[in-house]
Amino acid sequence: MNNVRCEVLIIGAGPAGMAAALAASESQKHIVMLDDNPRPGGQIWRDGPAAVLPTLAQFYRQAITALDNVTLLSGTKVVAQSGPQQLLYENDKGCGTIDYQRLILCCGARELLLPFPGWTLPGVTGAGGLQAQIKNGLSLQGERVVIAGSGPLLLAVADSVTQAGGKVTLLAEQASVTSLARFASGLWHWPEKVRQSLRLMNRHYRANSYVLEAQGQQRLTAVRVQQGGKVRTIDCSRLACGFGLVANIELAMLMGCRIENAAIAVDDMQQTSITNLYAAGECTGVGGSELALAEGAIAGYAASGNIASARALLEKRSKWQRFAAAVSQTFVLNPRLKTLGTADTFLCRCEDVSLGQISRHKGWTAAKLNSRCGMGACQGKICATAARYLLDWPLPQPRVPLTPVRLETLVNLTPQPPKDIN
Amino acid sequence: MKLISLTIAGLPCQVQEGITVAAALSASGQDHCRISVSQQPRAAFCGMGVCQECRVIIDGIQRLACQTLCQGGMKIERSGNK
Repeated sequence: MNNVRCEVLIIGAGPAGMAAALAASESQKHIVMLDDNPRPGGQIWRDGPAAVLPTLAQFYRQAITALDNVTLLSGTKVVAQSGPQQLLYENDKGCGTIDYQRLILCCGARELLLPFPGWTLPGVTGAGGLQAQIKNGLSLQGERVVIAGSGPLLLAVADSVTQAGGKVTLLAEQASVTSLARFASGLWHWPEKVRQSLRLMNRHYRANSYVLEAQGQQRLTAVRVQQGGKVRTIDCSRLACGFGLVANIELAMLMGCRIENAAIAVDDMQQTSITNLYAAGECTGVGGSELALAEGAIAGYAASGNIASARALLEKRSKWQRFAAAVSQTFVLNPRLKTLGTADTFLCRCEDVSLGQISRHKGWTAAKLNSRCGMGACQGKICATAARYLLDWPLPQPRVPLTPVRLETLVNLTPQPPKDIN
Repeated sequence: MKLISLTIAGLPCQVQEGITVAAALSASGQDHCRISVSQQPRAAFCGMGVCQECRVIIDGIQRLACQTLCQGGMKIERSGNK
């Protein structure tokens, strides 16, 4: 056991976490930042042998490395809440507890991954999932790639695919031409985004288009897509799919934070419904790195008692909140996507439970009891998020441990006294 | 570019330093990581440590290929249905 104490604990080293650390560090308090990836940056500023980090990301990385009151624990996962203001963690070297006075959750978001026939075939990945792998050294030399789903991330993924030597044969965006045109006409409010979208525009981008099926025996060989009024089959070796992002709220749910609109509810100062517990970035609502930076800095200042500096950032946060609202209005999912999966399409990839097996159940408890759906290694992080969209089932209450861990870590969980049952 | 040596399913190979085990598996020509409950091959899917599809056995310990960086001398084995 390697136990740690700090004044401010930050979970997540993406843009929100780094901005929070930098802001809180001005108070000279001792800050620990914990992150499950081997390198800091989160999903958007993921570093790796094939990643080119934006200047802003390099600035945050260098600024934090230069601070002697910020400790970064990379490759480290949160396992449980092990006591009042104490979390249990695990990494390669072992496990331990972290005691904190203030906690800032910057847990980010993950992709909404929806089931369709063939989505479990090797070669099919999340859109951001493929981008993450490319940055981590995956080469796509000579490969044909289809990208499908919704949102601005798809364009960034196409750019990464091309840089990794792959050929994007179709970029299928499910949103309508009308929605996209409305979005583009309002983009001048955020000149940074106009420049970004012009740089990323791809000639294979098609609106009103979505994946119907991934085909292949042991591996992906082709994809069937609906493109406007036509159905096309395209040969490819990779299909990258992302239907937008969903906030990572499991740790917040476990700690009892109020959840609103499928994200952690926060006040003006990024404080959650629990005293001394703050949240920032995409876990409080999906909005991009600029919004995450503003929220992170506000949370960092507020958690370290510097309310004046936090207030100075409120207008900046509002600007990027308006952008986030425009994005979410544009990329609302077509209800047709709810019907892509057939009765024998797996919903739960861990336990191979099909949509047909769970459609007769009313909610999570019955589905779990009868099929083991959501009870595998990912603990429902993929299927429960999909079921929330497909069936309107709220996410089940998370259980400890939050992630699969070693037995030597589990034995350190303090037994909780039984709750009274009335 | 520095190369490091490791083994994948018993076969020696060289990979670029700094890449993940998931990228190394893909470069080996076989990117599948595990066999599912109904005996289907599965490979890295979410790429960010959430879906657990890429779990493999590295030096005897089950780990996520997408979040583990290759180290010289690593022994990587694909996993069965565990």
